[in-house]
Amino acid sequence: MAEAFDKLYTYITEFPFVRYALIVGVLIALCSSLLGVTLVLKRFSFIGDGLSHVAFGAMTIAAVVKLTNSMPLILCITVISAVLLLRTGKNAKIKGDAAVAMISVSALAIGYLLMNVFSSSSNLSGDVCTTLFGSTSILTLSTTEVWLCIALSAVVLAVFVLFYNKVFSVTFDEDFARATGVKASLYNLILAVVIAVIIVLAMNLVGSLLISALVIFPALSAMRVFKSFKSVTVCSAVLSVICTLLGICISIVYGTPVGSTIVAVDIAAFAIFTVIGKFSGRVKP
Amino acid sequence: MALLTCKELCIGYEGREILHGLDFSAEQGDYLCILGENGSGKSTLMKTILGLVPALSGEIVFGDGLKKGEIGYLPQQTDVQRDFPASVKEIVLSGCASSLGLRPFYSKAHKKLAMDNIEKMGLTELKNRCYRELSGGQQQRVLLARALCATQKALLLDEPVSGLDPNATANMYELVQKLNRDDGITVIMISHDIQAALQYADKILHIGKSVFFGSRDEYLAKIGKAGFAQQGGADNG
Ligand SMILES: Nc1ncnc2c1ncn2[C@@H]1O[C@H](COP(=O)(O)OP(=O)(O)OP(=O)(O)O)[C@@H](O)[C@H]1O
Ligand SMILES: [Mg+2]
Repeated sequence: MAEAFDKLYTYITEFPFVRYALIVGVLIALCSSLLGVTLVLKRFSFIGDGLSHVAFGAMTIAAVVKLTNSMPLILCITVISAVLLLRTGKNAKIKGDAAVAMISVSALAIGYLLMNVFSSSSNLSGDVCTTLFGSTSILTLSTTEVWLCIALSAVVLAVFVLFYNKVFSVTFDEDFARATGVKASLYNLILAVVIAVIIVLAMNLVGSLLISALVIFPALSAMRVFKSFKSVTVCSAVLSVICTLLGICISIVYGTPVGSTIVAVDIAAFAIFTVIGKFSGRVKP
Repeated sequence: MALLTCKELCIGYEGREILHGLDFSAEQGDYLCILGENGSGKSTLMKTILGLVPALSGEIVFGDGLKKGEIGYLPQQTDVQRDFPASVKEIVLSGCASSLGLRPFYSKAHKKLAMDNIEKMGLTELKNRCYRELSGGQQQRVLLARALCATQKALLLDEPVSGLDPNATANMYELVQKLNRDDGITVIMISHDIQAALQYADKILHIGKSVFFGSRDEYLAKIGKAGFAQQGGADNG
Protein backbone atom coordinates (compact mmCIF):
# COMPACT_ATOMS: atom_id res chain seq x y z
CA MET A 1 0.00 0.00 0.00
CA ALA A 2 2.72 2.46 1.00
CA GLU A 3 4.50 1.57 -2.20
CA ALA A 4 1.46 2.49 -4.22
CA PHE A 5 1.27 5.87 -2.48
CA ASP A 6 4.94 6.50 -3.15
CA LYS A 7 4.45 5.73 -6.79
CA LEU A 8 1.44 8.02 -6.96
CA TYR A 9 3.32 10.81 -5.20
CA THR A 10 6.26 10.67 -7.58
CA TYR A 11 3.96 10.59 -10.58
CA ILE A 12 2.05 13.63 -9.40
CA THR A 13 5.14 15.64 -8.53
CA GLU A 14 7.21 14.59 -11.54
CA PHE A 15 4.78 14.65 -14.44
CA PRO A 16 2.65 17.68 -15.26
CA PHE A 17 0.32 15.57 -17.42
CA VAL A 18 -0.74 13.61 -14.36
CA ARG A 19 -1.63 16.85 -12.60
CA TYR A 20 -3.57 17.99 -15.67
CA ALA A 21 -5.42 14.71 -15.71
CA LEU A 22 -6.40 15.11 -12.05
CA ILE A 23 -7.56 18.72 -12.49
CA VAL A 24 -9.55 17.98 -15.63
CA GLY A 25 -10.95 14.79 -14.09
CA VAL A 26 -12.26 16.60 -11.01
CA LEU A 27 -13.85 19.37 -13.09
CA ILE A 28 -15.55 16.97 -15.47
CA ALA A 29 -16.78 14.80 -12.62
CA LEU A 30 -18.23 17.85 -10.89
CA CYS A 31 -20.03 19.19 -13.97
CA SER A 32 -21.39 15.88 -15.17
CA SER A 33 -22.73 14.82 -11.78
CA LEU A 34 -24.40 18.17 -11.01
CA LEU A 35 -26.35 18.00 -14.23
CA GLY A 36 -26.73 14.26 -13.99
CA VAL A 37 -29.43 14.67 -11.34
CA THR A 38 -31.53 16.86 -13.63
CA LEU A 39 -30.86 14.70 -16.67
CA VAL A 40 -31.93 11.52 -14.92
CA LEU A 41 -35.06 13.13 -13.46
CA LYS A 42 -36.03 14.82 -16.69
CA ARG A 43 -35.48 11.58 -18.61
CA PHE A 44 -32.89 13.35 -20.68
CA SER A 45 -30.24 10.75 -20.02
CA PHE A 46 -31.00 9.01 -23.29
CA ILE A 47 -30.27 12.26 -25.10
CA GLY A 48 -26.90 12.29 -23.37
CA ASP A 49 -26.24 8.80 -24.63
CA GLY A 50 -27.15 9.72 -28.19
CA LEU A 51 -25.04 12.84 -28.06
CA SER A 52 -21.98 10.94 -26.95
CA HIS A 53 -22.15 8.93 -30.15
CA VAL A 54 -22.58 12.09 -32.17
CA ALA A 55 -19.46 13.42 -30.49
CA PHE A 56 -17.64 10.25 -31.55
CA GLY A 57 -18.72 10.81 -35.16
CA ALA A 58 -17.59 14.43 -34.96
CA MET A 59 -14.24 13.33 -33.59
CA THR A 60 -13.62 11.02 -36.52
CA ILE A 61 -14.49 13.81 -38.94
CA ALA A 62 -11.99 16.02 -37.17
CA ALA A 63 -9.42 13.24 -37.42
CA VAL A 64 -10.11 12.72 -41.12
CA VAL A 65 -9.67 16.39 -42.03
CA LYS A 66 -6.60 16.33 -39.77
CA LEU A 67 -7.53 19.18 -37.44
CA THR A 68 -4.85 19.83 -34.85
CA ASN A 69 -7.35 21.20 -32.36
CA SER A 70 -10.49 19.16 -32.78
CA MET A 71 -12.41 20.33 -29.70
CA PRO A 72 -14.16 23.40 -31.24
CA LEU A 73 -15.49 21.39 -34.19
CA ILE A 74 -16.72 18.55 -31.97
CA LEU A 75 -18.29 21.08 -29.63
CA CYS A 76 -20.16 22.81 -32.46
CA ILE A 77 -21.54 19.61 -33.98
CA THR A 78 -22.61 18.21 -30.61
CA VAL A 79 -24.32 21.42 -29.47
CA ILE A 80 -26.25 21.66 -32.74
CA SER A 81 -27.34 18.02 -32.46
CA ALA A 82 -28.43 18.61 -28.86
CA VAL A 83 -30.68 21.47 -29.91
CA LEU A 84 -32.12 19.44 -32.80
CA LEU A 85 -32.74 16.38 -30.61
CA LEU A 86 -34.58 18.50 -28.06
CA ARG A 87 -36.81 19.85 -30.83
CA THR A 88 -37.83 16.41 -32.06
CA GLY A 89 -38.12 15.06 -28.55
CA LYS A 90 -40.65 17.73 -27.63
CA ASN A 91 -43.10 17.09 -30.44
CA ALA A 92 -43.69 13.42 -29.78
CA LYS A 93 -42.14 11.27 -27.10
CA ILE A 94 -41.75 8.04 -29.06
CA LYS A 95 -40.54 9.74 -32.18
CA GLY A 96 -37.94 11.54 -30.09
CA ASP A 97 -36.71 8.25 -28.67
CA ALA A 98 -36.42 6.71 -32.10
CA ALA A 99 -34.68 9.81 -33.42
CA VAL A 100 -32.06 9.56 -30.68
CA ALA A 101 -31.42 5.90 -31.42
CA MET A 102 -31.24 6.58 -35.13
CA ILE A 103 -28.81 9.46 -34.79
CA SER A 104 -26.60 7.68 -32.32
CA VAL A 105 -26.10 4.49 -34.34
CA SER A 106 -25.68 6.47 -37.56
CA ALA A 107 -22.99 8.60 -35.98
CA LEU A 108 -21.25 5.51 -34.63
CA ALA A 109 -21.35 3.63 -37.95
CA ILE A 110 -20.33 6.56 -40.11
CA GLY A 111 -17.61 7.52 -37.67
CA TYR A 112 -16.08 4.06 -37.83
CA LEU A 113 -16.49 3.97 -41.61
CA LEU A 114 -14.73 7.30 -42.01
CA MET A 115 -11.89 6.19 -39.79
CA ASN A 116 -11.54 2.97 -41.73
CA VAL A 117 -11.54 4.59 -45.15
CA PHE A 118 -9.43 7.64 -44.50
CA SER A 119 -7.16 6.77 -41.63
CA SER A 120 -3.55 6.14 -42.50
CA SER A 121 -2.78 4.85 -39.03
CA SER A 122 -1.44 1.33 -38.77
CA ASN A 123 -3.24 0.70 -35.51
CA LEU A 124 -6.84 1.43 -36.50
CA SER A 125 -8.64 -0.69 -33.95
CA GLY A 126 -6.41 0.82 -31.26
CA ASP A 127 -7.45 4.31 -32.38
CA VAL A 128 -11.13 3.40 -32.34
CA CYS A 129 -10.77 1.84 -28.94
CA THR A 130 -9.14 4.99 -27.64
CA THR A 131 -11.97 7.22 -28.84
CA LEU A 132 -14.65 4.89 -27.57
CA PHE A 133 -13.12 4.06 -24.21
CA GLY A 134 -10.81 7.04 -23.81
CA SER A 135 -7.99 4.77 -22.68
CA THR A 136 -5.19 7.31 -22.74
CA SER A 137 -6.48 10.61 -24.06
CA ILE A 138 -6.72 12.17 -20.62
CA LEU A 139 -3.00 11.64 -20.12
CA THR A 140 -2.12 13.30 -23.40
CA LEU A 141 -3.96 16.60 -22.97
CA SER A 142 -2.26 19.71 -24.30
CA THR A 143 -2.19 22.83 -22.14
CA THR A 144 -4.65 24.50 -24.53
CA GLU A 145 -7.08 21.65 -24.01
CA VAL A 146 -6.65 21.87 -20.25
CA TRP A 147 -7.39 25.59 -20.27
CA LEU A 148 -10.36 25.15 -22.60
CA CYS A 149 -11.63 22.48 -20.26
CA ILE A 150 -11.23 24.71 -17.21
CA ALA A 151 -13.01 27.59 -18.93
CA LEU A 152 -15.90 25.46 -20.13
CA SER A 153 -16.32 23.83 -16.72
CA ALA A 154 -16.41 27.26 -15.10
CA VAL A 155 -19.17 28.30 -17.49
CA VAL A 156 -21.14 25.11 -16.86
CA LEU A 157 -20.84 25.50 -13.09
CA ALA A 158 -21.85 29.16 -13.24
CA VAL A 159 -24.88 28.37 -15.38
CA PHE A 160 -25.92 25.61 -13.00
CA VAL A 161 -25.61 27.73 -9.86
CA LEU A 162 -27.31 30.78 -11.38
CA PHE A 163 -30.20 28.78 -12.83
CA TYR A 164 -30.47 26.22 -10.03
CA ASN A 165 -33.89 27.34 -8.80
CA LYS A 166 -35.40 27.61 -12.25
CA VAL A 167 -33.92 24.30 -13.31
CA PHE A 168 -35.54 22.73 -10.26
CA SER A 169 -38.97 24.14 -11.04
CA VAL A 170 -38.76 23.10 -14.69
CA THR A 171 -37.50 19.65 -13.75
CA PHE A 172 -40.12 19.02 -11.10
CA ASP A 173 -43.17 20.14 -13.05
CA GLU A 174 -42.68 21.70 -16.45
CA ASP A 175 -46.39 22.43 -17.00
CA PHE A 176 -46.73 24.32 -13.75
CA ALA A 177 -43.55 26.26 -14.46
CA ARG A 178 -44.77 27.25 -17.90
CA ALA A 179 -48.26 28.09 -16.63
CA THR A 180 -46.83 30.47 -14.05
CA GLY A 181 -44.64 32.21 -16.60
CA VAL A 182 -41.25 30.50 -16.25
CA LYS A 183 -39.61 30.32 -19.66
CA ALA A 184 -39.34 26.55 -19.66
CA SER A 185 -38.24 26.14 -23.25
CA LEU A 186 -35.39 28.57 -22.70
CA TYR A 187 -34.15 26.53 -19.74
CA ASN A 188 -34.54 23.28 -21.66
CA LEU A 189 -32.42 24.79 -24.41
CA ILE A 190 -29.77 25.90 -21.91
CA LEU A 191 -29.78 22.40 -20.43
CA ALA A 192 -29.35 20.79 -23.84
CA VAL A 193 -26.40 23.02 -24.69
CA VAL A 194 -24.80 22.36 -21.32
CA ILE A 195 -25.24 18.59 -21.74
CA ALA A 196 -23.49 18.82 -25.09
CA VAL A 197 -20.59 20.75 -23.58
CA ILE A 198 -20.24 18.26 -20.74
CA ILE A 199 -20.25 15.32 -23.10
CA VAL A 200 -17.51 16.77 -25.23
CA LEU A 201 -15.48 17.47 -22.10
CA ALA A 202 -16.09 14.03 -20.64
CA MET A 203 -15.06 12.33 -23.85
CA ASN A 204 -11.45 13.08 -22.94
CA LEU A 205 -11.87 11.44 -19.58
CA VAL A 206 -13.77 8.25 -20.18
CA GLY A 207 -14.28 8.05 -23.94
CA SER A 208 -17.59 8.39 -25.71
CA LEU A 209 -19.10 5.04 -24.80
CA LEU A 210 -18.75 5.45 -21.06
CA ILE A 211 -19.91 9.06 -20.65
CA SER A 212 -23.43 8.10 -19.66
CA ALA A 213 -22.03 6.21 -16.70
CA LEU A 214 -20.32 9.36 -15.45
CA VAL A 215 -23.57 11.31 -15.77
CA ILE A 216 -25.99 8.74 -14.41
CA PHE A 217 -24.27 6.73 -11.69
CA PRO A 218 -23.52 9.46 -9.12
CA ALA A 219 -27.07 10.81 -9.43
CA LEU A 220 -28.66 7.38 -9.03
CA SER A 221 -26.40 6.54 -6.09
CA ALA A 222 -27.28 9.79 -4.30
CA MET A 223 -30.98 9.23 -4.96
CA ARG A 224 -30.80 5.90 -3.09
CA VAL A 225 -29.99 7.63 0.16
CA PHE A 226 -31.00 11.30 0.07
CA LYS A 227 -34.49 12.69 -0.30
CA SER A 228 -34.29 16.35 -1.20
CA PHE A 229 -33.13 17.82 -4.48
CA LYS A 230 -30.39 19.89 -2.91
CA SER A 231 -28.93 17.07 -0.83
CA VAL A 232 -29.03 14.71 -3.80
CA THR A 233 -27.25 17.25 -5.99
CA VAL A 234 -24.54 17.97 -3.42
CA CYS A 235 -24.04 14.29 -2.60
CA SER A 236 -23.82 13.30 -6.22
CA ALA A 237 -21.21 15.98 -6.90
CA VAL A 238 -19.05 14.98 -3.93
CA LEU A 239 -19.40 11.30 -4.72
CA SER A 240 -18.52 11.77 -8.36
CA VAL A 241 -15.39 13.79 -7.57
CA ILE A 242 -14.21 11.19 -5.04
CA CYS A 243 -14.87 8.28 -7.40
CA THR A 244 -13.10 9.98 -10.27
CA LEU A 245 -10.04 10.89 -8.21
CA LEU A 246 -9.90 7.35 -6.87
CA GLY A 247 -10.32 5.92 -10.35
CA ILE A 248 -7.56 8.04 -11.85
CA CYS A 249 -5.18 7.22 -9.00
CA ILE A 250 -5.85 3.48 -9.26
CA SER A 251 -5.34 3.55 -12.99
CA ILE A 252 -2.05 5.40 -12.62
CA VAL A 253 -0.70 3.03 -10.01
CA TYR A 254 -1.89 -0.22 -11.56
CA GLY A 255 -1.80 0.83 -15.21
CA THR A 256 -5.49 0.09 -15.84
CA PRO A 257 -7.47 2.07 -18.46
CA VAL A 258 -8.61 5.37 -16.93
CA GLY A 259 -12.20 5.50 -18.17
CA SER A 260 -13.22 1.98 -17.27
CA THR A 261 -11.54 2.22 -13.86
CA ILE A 262 -13.52 5.36 -13.01
CA VAL A 263 -16.75 3.74 -14.11
CA ALA A 264 -15.92 0.62 -12.09
CA VAL A 265 -15.44 2.77 -8.97
CA ASP A 266 -18.76 4.51 -9.73
CA ILE A 267 -20.48 1.14 -9.95
CA ALA A 268 -18.98 0.06 -6.63
CA ALA A 269 -20.21 3.30 -5.04
CA PHE A 270 -23.67 2.68 -6.46
CA ALA A 271 -23.72 -0.77 -4.90
CA ILE A 272 -22.65 0.63 -1.52
CA PHE A 273 -25.26 3.39 -1.64
CA THR A 274 -27.97 0.93 -2.59
CA VAL A 275 -27.16 -1.14 0.48
CA ILE A 276 -27.05 1.96 2.70
CA GLY A 277 -30.38 3.09 1.28
CA LYS A 278 -31.94 -0.31 1.99
CA PHE A 279 -30.77 -0.50 5.57
CA SER A 280 -30.94 3.08 6.74
CA GLY A 281 -34.56 3.22 5.60
CA ARG A 282 -35.08 6.84 6.34
CA VAL A 283 -32.30 9.37 6.30
CA LYS A 284 -33.16 12.95 7.16
CA PRO A 285 -32.82 15.14 4.03
CA MET B 1 -63.76 44.84 -16.08
CA ALA B 2 -63.72 41.15 -15.28
CA LEU B 3 -60.61 39.39 -14.08
CA LEU B 4 -60.84 36.82 -16.83
CA THR B 5 -63.03 36.88 -19.92
CA CYS B 6 -63.27 34.25 -22.64
CA LYS B 7 -64.92 35.37 -25.87
CA GLU B 8 -66.01 32.96 -28.59
CA LEU B 9 -63.23 30.68 -27.41
CA CYS B 10 -62.57 27.53 -29.41
CA ILE B 11 -60.34 24.90 -27.83
CA GLY B 12 -58.74 21.69 -29.07
CA TYR B 13 -55.49 20.02 -30.01
CA GLU B 14 -53.61 20.50 -33.26
CA GLY B 15 -56.56 21.85 -35.18
CA ARG B 16 -58.96 19.19 -33.88
CA GLU B 17 -61.74 21.04 -32.16
CA ILE B 18 -63.15 19.85 -28.82
CA LEU B 19 -65.40 22.78 -27.90
CA HIS B 20 -66.31 26.03 -29.58
CA GLY B 21 -68.18 29.20 -28.81
CA LEU B 22 -67.26 29.37 -25.13
CA ASP B 23 -68.29 32.67 -23.56
CA PHE B 24 -67.81 33.26 -19.89
CA SER B 25 -66.12 35.54 -17.42
CA ALA B 26 -64.95 35.56 -13.82
CA GLU B 27 -64.86 38.62 -11.59
CA GLN B 28 -62.40 39.32 -8.83
CA GLY B 29 -63.36 37.15 -5.85
CA ASP B 30 -65.58 34.77 -7.78
CA TYR B 31 -65.81 31.04 -7.09
CA LEU B 32 -66.42 29.42 -10.46
CA CYS B 33 -66.98 25.70 -10.84
CA ILE B 34 -66.48 23.99 -14.16
CA LEU B 35 -68.57 20.84 -14.55
CA GLY B 36 -68.74 18.33 -17.36
CA GLU B 37 -68.30 14.69 -18.25
CA ASN B 38 -65.00 12.90 -18.65
CA GLY B 39 -63.36 14.00 -21.85
CA SER B 40 -65.57 17.03 -22.34
CA GLY B 41 -62.54 19.30 -22.40
CA LYS B 42 -62.40 20.79 -18.90
CA SER B 43 -58.69 20.25 -18.44
CA THR B 44 -58.05 21.44 -21.97
CA LEU B 45 -59.97 24.64 -21.25
CA MET B 46 -57.89 25.26 -18.16
CA LYS B 47 -54.65 24.64 -20.03
CA THR B 48 -55.79 27.00 -22.76
CA ILE B 49 -56.46 29.72 -20.20
CA LEU B 50 -52.97 29.16 -18.80
CA GLY B 51 -51.39 29.28 -22.24
CA LEU B 52 -50.15 25.67 -22.14
CA VAL B 53 -52.34 24.77 -25.13
CA PRO B 54 -52.91 27.37 -27.85
CA ALA B 55 -56.52 28.47 -28.42
CA LEU B 56 -57.82 27.52 -31.86
CA SER B 57 -59.73 30.78 -32.12
CA GLY B 58 -61.39 33.36 -29.93
CA GLU B 59 -59.98 35.49 -27.18
CA ILE B 60 -58.90 35.24 -23.56
CA VAL B 61 -58.69 38.62 -21.88
CA PHE B 62 -57.13 39.21 -18.49
CA GLY B 63 -58.31 42.28 -16.59
CA ASP B 64 -57.99 43.94 -13.19
CA GLY B 65 -54.22 43.92 -13.47
CA LEU B 66 -54.01 40.13 -13.64
CA LYS B 67 -51.06 39.08 -15.73
CA LYS B 68 -50.64 35.82 -17.52
CA GLY B 69 -47.96 34.40 -15.25
CA GLU B 70 -49.76 35.35 -12.04
CA ILE B 71 -52.24 32.51 -11.90
CA GLY B 72 -51.74 29.65 -9.48
CA TYR B 73 -52.37 26.23 -10.98
CA LEU B 74 -53.10 22.84 -9.47
CA PRO B 75 -52.82 20.26 -12.23
CA GLN B 76 -55.11 17.24 -12.49
CA GLN B 77 -52.21 14.83 -12.55
CA THR B 78 -48.72 15.93 -11.89
CA ASP B 79 -46.34 14.08 -14.05
CA VAL B 80 -43.93 13.68 -11.14
CA GLN B 81 -41.91 10.53 -11.21
CA ARG B 82 -42.18 8.19 -8.30
CA ASP B 83 -38.54 8.56 -7.34
CA PHE B 84 -38.21 12.34 -7.58
CA PRO B 85 -36.21 13.51 -4.58
CA ALA B 86 -37.66 16.80 -3.38
CA SER B 87 -38.65 18.11 0.02
CA VAL B 88 -41.98 19.82 0.67
CA LYS B 89 -40.14 23.10 1.29
CA GLU B 90 -38.33 22.94 -2.04
CA ILE B 91 -41.53 22.26 -3.94
CA VAL B 92 -43.56 25.02 -2.29
CA LEU B 93 -40.71 27.47 -2.82
CA SER B 94 -40.56 26.55 -6.49
CA GLY B 95 -43.96 28.24 -6.85
CA CYS B 96 -42.05 31.53 -6.54
CA ALA B 97 -39.79 30.71 -9.49
CA SER B 98 -41.59 32.93 -11.96
CA SER B 99 -41.37 35.98 -9.71
CA LEU B 100 -37.59 35.59 -9.57
CA GLY B 101 -37.30 37.20 -12.99
CA LEU B 102 -33.60 37.50 -13.72
CA ARG B 103 -32.49 37.05 -10.14
CA PRO B 104 -30.86 33.69 -9.47
CA PHE B 105 -31.83 33.13 -5.83
CA TYR B 106 -34.93 33.38 -3.65
CA SER B 107 -35.15 36.38 -1.33
CA LYS B 108 -36.14 36.37 2.34
CA ALA B 109 -39.61 37.53 1.26
CA HIS B 110 -39.99 34.52 -1.03
CA LYS B 111 -38.99 32.15 1.75
CA LYS B 112 -41.39 33.80 4.15
CA LEU B 113 -44.21 33.55 1.63
CA ALA B 114 -43.45 29.86 1.18
CA MET B 115 -43.40 29.25 4.94
CA ASP B 116 -46.67 31.15 5.38
CA ASN B 117 -48.34 29.04 2.73
CA ILE B 118 -46.94 25.85 4.22
CA GLU B 119 -48.48 26.88 7.52
CA LYS B 120 -51.77 27.86 5.90
CA MET B 121 -52.05 24.40 4.38
CA GLY B 122 -51.21 22.77 7.71
CA LEU B 123 -47.97 21.27 6.46
CA THR B 124 -45.57 22.76 8.99
CA GLU B 125 -44.78 19.37 10.48
CA LEU B 126 -44.09 17.87 7.08
CA LYS B 127 -41.99 20.66 5.64
CA ASN B 128 -38.74 18.70 5.54
CA ARG B 129 -40.30 15.46 4.43
CA CYS B 130 -39.80 13.97 1.01
CA TYR B 131 -42.73 14.67 -1.32
CA ARG B 132 -42.96 11.13 -2.63
CA GLU B 133 -43.39 9.73 0.87
CA LEU B 134 -46.55 11.75 1.53
CA SER B 135 -50.10 10.55 1.12
CA GLY B 136 -52.20 11.69 -1.82
CA GLY B 137 -54.07 14.26 0.26
CA GLN B 138 -50.88 15.66 1.72
CA GLN B 139 -49.33 15.87 -1.74
CA GLN B 140 -52.38 17.73 -2.98
CA ARG B 141 -52.01 20.27 -0.15
CA VAL B 142 -48.32 20.71 -1.00
CA LEU B 143 -49.22 21.49 -4.60
CA LEU B 144 -51.92 23.92 -3.43
CA ALA B 145 -49.35 25.69 -1.25
CA ARG B 146 -47.08 25.90 -4.27
CA ALA B 147 -49.89 27.35 -6.38
CA LEU B 148 -50.51 29.96 -3.67
CA CYS B 149 -46.87 31.05 -3.92
CA ALA B 150 -47.41 31.86 -7.57
CA THR B 151 -50.45 34.09 -7.12
CA GLN B 152 -52.25 36.62 -4.96
CA LYS B 153 -55.24 36.77 -7.25
CA ALA B 154 -56.44 33.68 -9.02
CA LEU B 155 -56.27 29.92 -8.52
CA LEU B 156 -57.08 27.37 -11.20
CA LEU B 157 -57.73 23.97 -9.64
CA ASP B 158 -58.17 20.86 -11.77
CA GLU B 159 -60.07 18.25 -9.74
CA PRO B 160 -58.33 19.03 -6.46
CA VAL B 161 -60.23 16.36 -4.53
CA SER B 162 -59.88 13.39 -6.85
CA GLY B 163 -58.57 10.42 -4.92
CA LEU B 164 -59.08 11.99 -1.50
CA ASP B 165 -61.09 10.37 1.29
CA PRO B 166 -64.26 12.15 2.54
CA ASN B 167 -62.39 13.78 5.39
CA ALA B 168 -59.56 15.08 3.25
CA THR B 169 -62.09 16.18 0.63
CA ALA B 170 -64.04 18.26 3.13
CA ASN B 171 -60.75 19.64 4.44
CA MET B 172 -59.67 20.63 0.92
CA TYR B 173 -62.98 22.33 0.14
CA GLU B 174 -62.75 24.27 3.37
CA LEU B 175 -59.21 25.41 2.63
CA VAL B 176 -60.22 26.59 -0.82
CA GLN B 177 -63.32 28.33 0.51
CA LYS B 178 -61.24 30.11 3.11
CA LEU B 179 -58.80 31.31 0.48
CA ASN B 180 -61.71 32.58 -1.58
CA ARG B 181 -63.58 34.25 1.24
CA ASP B 182 -60.81 35.55 3.49
CA ASP B 183 -58.06 36.31 0.99
CA GLY B 184 -60.33 37.32 -1.88
CA ILE B 185 -58.64 34.92 -4.27
CA THR B 186 -60.63 34.11 -7.38
CA VAL B 187 -61.13 30.35 -7.59
CA ILE B 188 -61.84 28.46 -10.79
CA MET B 189 -62.29 24.80 -9.98
CA ILE B 190 -62.97 21.77 -12.12
CA SER B 191 -65.06 19.24 -10.28
CA HIS B 192 -67.23 16.18 -10.72
CA ASP B 193 -68.86 16.74 -7.39
CA ILE B 194 -72.07 18.63 -8.27
CA GLN B 195 -73.19 18.78 -4.65
CA ALA B 196 -70.02 20.49 -3.53
CA ALA B 197 -70.11 22.76 -6.55
CA LEU B 198 -73.62 23.88 -5.65
CA GLN B 199 -72.62 24.32 -2.03
CA TYR B 200 -69.52 26.46 -2.57
CA ALA B 201 -69.59 28.08 -6.01
CA ASP B 202 -71.17 31.38 -7.02
CA LYS B 203 -70.97 30.63 -10.72
CA ILE B 204 -71.17 27.46 -12.73
CA LEU B 205 -69.83 26.66 -16.17
CA HIS B 206 -71.11 23.37 -17.51
CA ILE B 207 -69.47 22.18 -20.67
CA GLY B 208 -70.32 19.28 -22.92
CA LYS B 209 -72.91 18.86 -25.60
CA SER B 210 -74.77 21.87 -24.27
CA VAL B 211 -72.85 24.67 -22.67
CA PHE B 212 -74.25 26.51 -19.67
CA PHE B 213 -72.80 29.52 -17.92
CA GLY B 214 -74.52 31.41 -15.16
CA SER B 215 -74.96 31.83 -11.44
CA ARG B 216 -75.55 28.95 -9.06
CA ASP B 217 -79.25 29.69 -8.79
CA GLU B 218 -79.72 29.84 -12.53
CA TYR B 219 -78.03 26.46 -12.80
CA LEU B 220 -80.23 25.01 -10.07
CA ALA B 221 -83.32 26.27 -11.88
CA LYS B 222 -82.12 24.79 -15.13
CA ILE B 223 -81.30 21.32 -13.87
CA GLY B 224 -84.48 21.40 -11.83
CA LYS B 225 -86.46 21.97 -15.01
CA ALA B 226 -84.60 19.32 -16.90
CA GLY B 227 -85.45 16.83 -14.18
CA PHE B 228 -81.99 16.34 -12.77
CA ALA B 229 -83.07 17.34 -9.31
CA GLN B 230 -81.98 14.14 -7.61
CA GLN B 231 -78.63 14.29 -9.24
CA GLY B 232 -78.30 17.96 -8.31
CA GLY B 233 -78.38 19.37 -4.85
CA ALA B 234 -81.70 18.12 -3.49
CA ASP B 235 -80.23 16.26 -0.54
CA ASN B 236 -77.55 18.74 0.27
CA GLY B 237 -75.56 17.78 3.34
N1 LIG C 1 -52.48 16.06 -25.43
C1 LIG C 1 -53.61 15.78 -26.12
N2 LIG C 1 -53.60 15.68 -27.47
C2 LIG C 1 -54.72 15.43 -28.18
N3 LIG C 1 -55.93 15.24 -27.61
C3 LIG C 1 -56.03 15.32 -26.28
C4 LIG C 1 -54.87 15.59 -25.46
N4 LIG C 1 -55.27 15.61 -24.16
C5 LIG C 1 -56.59 15.35 -24.17
N5 LIG C 1 -57.06 15.17 -25.43
C6 LIG C 1 -58.45 14.90 -25.83
O1 LIG C 1 -59.23 16.04 -25.55
C7 LIG C 1 -60.48 15.70 -25.00
C8 LIG C 1 -60.71 16.47 -23.72
O2 LIG C 1 -59.77 16.08 -22.74
P1 LIG C 1 -59.68 16.75 -21.32
O3 LIG C 1 -58.50 16.20 -20.63
O4 LIG C 1 -59.77 18.22 -21.48
O5 LIG C 1 -61.03 16.20 -20.64
P2 LIG C 1 -61.58 16.48 -19.18
O6 LIG C 1 -62.88 17.17 -19.35
O7 LIG C 1 -60.56 17.15 -18.34
O8 LIG C 1 -61.86 15.00 -18.65
P3 LIG C 1 -61.67 14.41 -17.16
O9 LIG C 1 -62.94 14.67 -16.45
O10 LIG C 1 -61.49 12.95 -17.39
O11 LIG C 1 -60.49 15.05 -16.54
C9 LIG C 1 -60.48 14.19 -24.82
O12 LIG C 1 -61.29 13.64 -25.84
C10 LIG C 1 -59.03 13.79 -25.00
O13 LIG C 1 -58.97 12.56 -25.68
MG1 LIG D 1 -59.41 16.67 -16.73
